[in-house]
Amino acid sequence: MNTTTAANKIPVIAVVGNPNTGKSTLFNALTGMRQKTANFPGVTVEHHTGLIDLPSGKVNLVDLPGSYSLAAESPDEMVACDVLLGLIDNLHQPDAVLVVVDSANLRRNLFLVHQVMELGKSVVVALNMSDIAKRRGIHIDPDQLSKELGAAVIPFVATDRSQTQALKATMDVAINTNAVASAAVQPEVVEAAHLYADELRSEGMQINDYEVERALIDARGYAEQRLISNAPTGTADKLFVLRQQLVQQGDGSSLAKTEATRRYKLIDAMVAKVETRTGEPLSLTDKVDRITNHPVWGMVLFITIMATVFQAVFSWAGPLMNLIDSGAGWMASTISQIVPPGALNSLLVDGVVAGVGSVIIFLPQIMILFAFIIILEDSGYMARAAFMMDRLMRYVGLSGQSFIPMLSSFACAVPGIMATRVIPNKRDRIATIIAAPFMTCSARLPVYALLIAAFLPNQQFLGGLINLHGLVLLGLYLLGVVGGVLTALLLKRTGLKGPTPGFMIELPPYRFPDLKSVLIRLLDRGKIFLRRAGTIIFTVAIVVWALVYFPRPAEIFEAYDAERVVAEIELSGEELDTRLAQIDNLESANLIEQSLLGRIGKTIEPVFRPLGWDWKVSAGVVASFPAREVVVAVLGTIYAVGADVNETDESLIGRLRSAKHADGKKVFTLPMTVGLMVFYAFCLQCAATVAVMRRETGGWGWPLFAWTYMTGLGYVCALLIFQGFS
Amino acid sequence: MKLDQLKPGQKATIIDIDEDGPVAQRLMAMGLLEGTKVSMTRKALGGDPVEVEVMGYALSLRKDEARRISIEIST
Repeated sequence: MNTTTAANKIPVIAVVGNPNTGKSTLFNALTGMRQKTANFPGVTVEHHTGLIDLPSGKVNLVDLPGSYSLAAESPDEMVACDVLLGLIDNLHQPDAVLVVVDSANLRRNLFLVHQVMELGKSVVVALNMSDIAKRRGIHIDPDQLSKELGAAVIPFVATDRSQTQALKATMDVAINTNAVASAAVQPEVVEAAHLYADELRSEGMQINDYEVERALIDARGYAEQRLISNAPTGTADKLFVLRQQLVQQGDGSSLAKTEATRRYKLIDAMVAKVETRTGEPLSLTDKVDRITNHPVWGMVLFITIMATVFQAVFSWAGPLMNLIDSGAGWMASTISQIVPPGALNSLLVDGVVAGVGSVIIFLPQIMILFAFIIILEDSGYMARAAFMMDRLMRYVGLSGQSFIPMLSSFACAVPGIMATRVIPNKRDRIATIIAAPFMTCSARLPVYALLIAAFLPNQQFLGGLINLHGLVLLGLYLLGVVGGVLTALLLKRTGLKGPTPGFMIELPPYRFPDLKSVLIRLLDRGKIFLRRAGTIIFTVAIVVWALVYFPRPAEIFEAYDAERVVAEIELSGEELDTRLAQIDNLESANLIEQSLLGRIGKTIEPVFRPLGWDWKVSAGVVASFPAREVVVAVLGTIYAVGADVNETDESLIGRLRSAKHADGKKVFTLPMTVGLMVFYAFCLQCAATVAVMRRETGGWGWPLFAWTYMTGLGYVCALLIFQGFS
Repeated sequence: MKLDQLKPGQKATIIDIDEDGPVAQRLMAMGLLEGTKVSMTRKALGGDPVEVEVMGYALSLRKDEARRISIEIST
């Protein structure tokens, strides 16, 4: 290990552990706000890293995805293995490994600890949630466990600061200690792997002994696939022959079975010495599960919870949204006082403030939605939701493994599509990738929220317990789910036929989420949203402003100035004021129709006319193909530049409500608005999603299909709704 | 007898796991091995998926996976 750390080489500690061990809560407790999200080069697993101060200096803490074993089925699961072996670019081999263990599940968790210790790493074991284990009557002797394992063991409760200090001190010792690898459970496999790796290295291949070892043990696993695709031809046969020889030398069991059997034998002996169990296991969780996992009541509860979430999105966010709205109004009037009327004033007020402001106003709603999602995840409920959804997924021909990517897609389809890497079967992966963008992402929320608030009456039911706005939003979310599920079903029945994959998931005990951890993740979400508003939305708002502001032909001004002169001669008093305001309105309407965007909008308008859209909406929709929430900013800017001077309601909602076609009919009728929302529910308006689809499917075929299919579906549905109900 | 045939509330001991690549390997890594005690907690409508308790934690599997696990009912 590196005891003489160079100044430019900060020691690395990898954090590993089973899923549901409270690993991210522990990571957040150690790093606090000093963490960042990043992707490993080559793979797309999002991971967190954070610098922490230990007595001997700064250390880089790297949080790895949760896993039960180092055996990997997919590229993403291989990351943990690769990091531990130092195979990742720009990240040297860890100086120590922190293994987070759920104290209530010591036996199962020790399997991973045992695998990591065989790699010869300096290991620190954090016995996490030791308070919960104690309450369940599970007592673990940390000193005895430490002696048995030959690694430091620290009981840990995230809320206890003294334990954070103790853990840091122990990690500090670990990075400065040379570890000795514990004895291999399968020395014969280690030996065979070493010999074969030597052979491959002599042929010029860069390979680690342990990669070959995993390839031998994990038949049909990812390590084997990767080795075969990187190594010279004949490797597949060679691995097969080697594996057969090893199996025959043993008792005839597969190498994976031998690994598990031998490890658990050692672990069982250890657990018998260090753990005592008294009391009823899982009593509270069991009682709750009787309802949450009930085939009927569980479904009712699931829908009730989701409905509550959407109610809250509308009813709680109001005051904060009003605050942001008045903030934007204050900024606009302040700018108008400082900057004289003209192009610069319009750029700042109509472009930047109206454009970006109309998107930022949805920050409170997004934060409320994510607060719920994070709390549901951390409390353990999401695993029950996956259990329930597995029935639906199986009907479609997919597994619960597809549920997590789809769930992530409610935040954003990009990480959702990346999360499909855990699905080993390619057909199932592609079906999930195509279905994922149907899930209602956070960029759709501003569009829905704006249209719902502007055009649907806020009816209350059951004494204010339920409001129509929340119900419609829930309906739109369900529409996305149904669209995605039916699409996956269609694909699995036609082009991507194949057997239904297997599924298993741990149902962790219910627990109260850690407030600090929830807040850190929530702020992270907020930052991502604001960053988009500050970059993409900001840029588009300025471009759209320029398109809608220019050119300003002198003839138009001259024509209306002439009319003003005539009016001033012929009229006086109140009549004159009315006439002048009328002229102002006609002038700005004419200017905006002559603008570049006006001309573009008019050109494309015929395409969208059957959906009831005017050129402004058409232009907004077309401009939002790179990122769908842009439409809100575009409409904000178009209606701000072309604002009616007499308008009483200066908010975008007010402006949309009074928008009229050339013939004086209202643009936003109910069928048109509903059609527009359905269009947004289906249409693939997101350049980032298309790009990630191309990368993940390895070509333009699938993204092109998805784009055409989704956009076509959106158009047809909007058309049917508008024509059918108008 | 196979794990999927176990009725809710019944306890059993695993006697064998049908070896079939990564799925079986994952079950074994999670501690489902010869001699491990399991109990059936509940079944979803139609008996699929099932929820079992193994070594004090709850695990949900599809019937197809549960069918790979041979058991002996404990009395």
